[in-house]
Amino acid sequence: MTARFPRGAAAVTLAAGLALSATACSTPDDGKSATGRTDSAVVGIAYEPETLSPLLGYGKDGNSKIFDGLLTHDAGMHLRPALATALPKVTDGGRTYTFDLRRGVTFSDGKPFSADDVVFTYSTILDSKTNNASKAELDALRNVEKKDDHTVVFHLKYPYAPFAERAVLPIAPQHIAGKQDINHGSFTTKPIGTGPYVLTRWSKGEKLTFKANPHYWGGAPKVKNFTMAIIKDDDIRATRLRSGDLDGAILPPELAATFKGDKHRTTVTATTFDYRNVTLPTGNPVTGAKAVRRALDLAVDREAMVKGILNGAGKPAYGPVPTDSPWFAKGTERPHDLKKAERILDDAGWKKGPDGIRTKGHQRASFTLWYLSGDKLRQEHALAFASDAKKAGIEAKVESGTWEAIEPRMAKDAVLAGGGSPADPDFDQYLLLHSSLAGDGFNNMSRYADKTVDAKLTEARRTDDQATRKAAYDAVQRRLVENPAYTFLTHVDHVYVVADRWKNLTTQTEPHDHGLASGPWWNVEDWQPAT
Amino acid sequence: MPRASLPWAAMARMTGRRALLAVPVLLAVTFGVFAVAAASPFDPVRAYAGDAGLTASQANLDQLRHNLGVDQPLIGRWWHWLTAALTGDLGDSATLRAPVTQVIGERLGWSVLLCALAFLLAVAVGTALGVAAARRRGGLLDRAVTSLAYTLEAAPPFWLGLLAVWLFALKLGVLPAGGLTDTGTDLATPGQIARHVALPALVLAVSQLPWFVLYVRQGVGDALEEDPVRGARARGLRERTVLLHHALRSGLLPVLTLIGSRVPELITGALLVETVFSWPGIAAATVEAATAVDFPLLAALTVLATAAVLAGNLLSDLLYGLADPRVGFDG
Repeated sequence: MTARFPRGAAAVTLAAGLALSATACSTPDDGKSATGRTDSAVVGIAYEPETLSPLLGYGKDGNSKIFDGLLTHDAGMHLRPALATALPKVTDGGRTYTFDLRRGVTFSDGKPFSADDVVFTYSTILDSKTNNASKAELDALRNVEKKDDHTVVFHLKYPYAPFAERAVLPIAPQHIAGKQDINHGSFTTKPIGTGPYVLTRWSKGEKLTFKANPHYWGGAPKVKNFTMAIIKDDDIRATRLRSGDLDGAILPPELAATFKGDKHRTTVTATTFDYRNVTLPTGNPVTGAKAVRRALDLAVDREAMVKGILNGAGKPAYGPVPTDSPWFAKGTERPHDLKKAERILDDAGWKKGPDGIRTKGHQRASFTLWYLSGDKLRQEHALAFASDAKKAGIEAKVESGTWEAIEPRMAKDAVLAGGGSPADPDFDQYLLLHSSLAGDGFNNMSRYADKTVDAKLTEARRTDDQATRKAAYDAVQRRLVENPAYTFLTHVDHVYVVADRWKNLTTQTEPHDHGLASGPWWNVEDWQPAT
Repeated sequence: MPRASLPWAAMARMTGRRALLAVPVLLAVTFGVFAVAAASPFDPVRAYAGDAGLTASQANLDQLRHNLGVDQPLIGRWWHWLTAALTGDLGDSATLRAPVTQVIGERLGWSVLLCALAFLLAVAVGTALGVAAARRRGGLLDRAVTSLAYTLEAAPPFWLGLLAVWLFALKLGVLPAGGLTDTGTDLATPGQIARHVALPALVLAVSQLPWFVLYVRQGVGDALEEDPVRGARARGLRERTVLLHHALRSGLLPVLTLIGSRVPELITGALLVETVFSWPGIAAATVEAATAVDFPLLAALTVLATAAVLAGNLLSDLLYGLADPRVGFDG
């Protein structure tokens, strides 16, 4: 120890502090080097995938960047061939699907893609040892057979009309994933596929970075470097977009509105199947009463919710199908009609008490409504619903909790839920409404059982005749007016703000889960520079 | 101070005894973690399935529960984990979909870097401020430093972290708000990492600082009033010599010996700071493992933290025994 200790120590500390701030200032422009360039894009998303292995559920609805499915969806959500050369030939009364595979496609490690990879992918997912939570989506599939190197045949247990929609599921390479522990091997975090992008790094909780696959069979993408930053907080995402750190981001409508006057950024709004509804459990004497369900359906002011909660970025929802979808049954829109709601309740014997809440016998028209804590959108929907219900004399006591707290109470208490899947009406309606799935996990949370609805849902999934299917789903929607399963409130638009360096940005019709696959970057591989 | 050769044998005996004692402690701690995690309302299957769990069939979820082994009774699961761990197989992390050894291997270095920087900074600045305050107790500097230290002591690290993000990243825009590298780039260059480690290390250091400041101030202040110092002053030695040769040496010894006992606070601080700054370290993984009830990862990380705490205590006791021979090494 020298005699100059204190001054020396102070000097060292000062020097260390200076060195830190010096390094801090030496490269201040690093993060903004991407700005202005059209060959690299950084976008902010709110969601992080649990895994990048298609075998465990990654990218099952398409647009996985790293992988391709046999088929893919275009901007209009129509099926297009991808790793298959054409849409499948359906034979045997809808039980057999035959795909011809594209030749000359290679995985990003240079190894060729073949029928073996397709068989491997689907049979691994069906294997009970594989921890894939979306396995039930392939329930109709019995097995996959390789006919030759370029032909695969899918055999179904029963005719299932929307099966081809499931063929957007990404194909994994057997020569890599097949040699590892499917559930925990390195393939789950360092994937290799045939897709337009190659993953360069996944920093968990922070970002995913991709570089263009120069050998992509669909042509090398113009955007060479693509980064998805995972930023859960809406305000931080907006701030980083404004600072130039991000080129695009998903934002809640009110934050997106603050970018309106921005000359260098455009707002892209995606229409969706993403609904918010209130479950009406049949096991609760209040929400289980048909009169209460019908009254609530008329008492809620959906237009006001769209205006007040969504800033106009959405539509009133009368059922799982949005009003602008070709599957929507015209004429099932219900106007806000408080008078009629009150009449229905009066007729059914629910009499208004001195506190304005109705009773029937000893039963008070009161139930608990849960929403996921921290979810502002659901909270606002829940409060608006409760206030509308109160005007009709029905009390909804709004409480918040995590799914752990809500799940054990779902049989008796109402929940502000969300969902929606655009690819085929069967995907959400069967899970939402069929009595065989009442209380099965988070499916059919109302525990709804209606013979007409059950029969029509089954009929619609068993035939691939478009007119018959349309008629069946129309019948379901009309039945939901007479015997509502849920109170549907709104369909929520998804709003994105993107730098205007690329032209003709589009979105698909988006599902409830808007993860990696959604947003204007659903087809980032096709982005073209604006100038 | 006389410089005799170190009592190696006694120190080794103490280390050995502590190592033996660590075995039941670690067993109890891991069992405790399994028990608490099993009793928590969090569902490992839900955490594993993520959003897909909301549309999965019950049969599918039950199958997952079975595959993950969380349908086994608590004791059996713990025993299974323990016997596997003893053969070097720490199992697979369910949430991060990777072997636990790989998860720890990828993250430990970043945590050590962050903690070491913060610790060094806290020791250096803490000593400097503490000595400066002790020189004139009750003076303006002393009162300023002491009240600042008490204020910081009361401030939770995550709050300090958010404050630092707001000030340096959002208002001034001089330092990045989080992560290991810039969003648009992948290269973990030294410059990138230095820029990104600055804010979390600073916040962690500041959260550890008060303890050092107050302890050094107390130690050095007391030493300044002891007989040897008064004697030295009476002999007319220069103030600097008195401070450095007499007061600092006897005043800092208790601080040095207690450094090891700061490990738990450092780990807790790192837990919060890493989460705020999305620093890809061990602590951030601990939070994730805990909320997702990821048994194998949680158990391994707890063992690691417990071992660090025990090692810190051992270091303290060894240093203390060396500094004060009356204490000895039989503890």
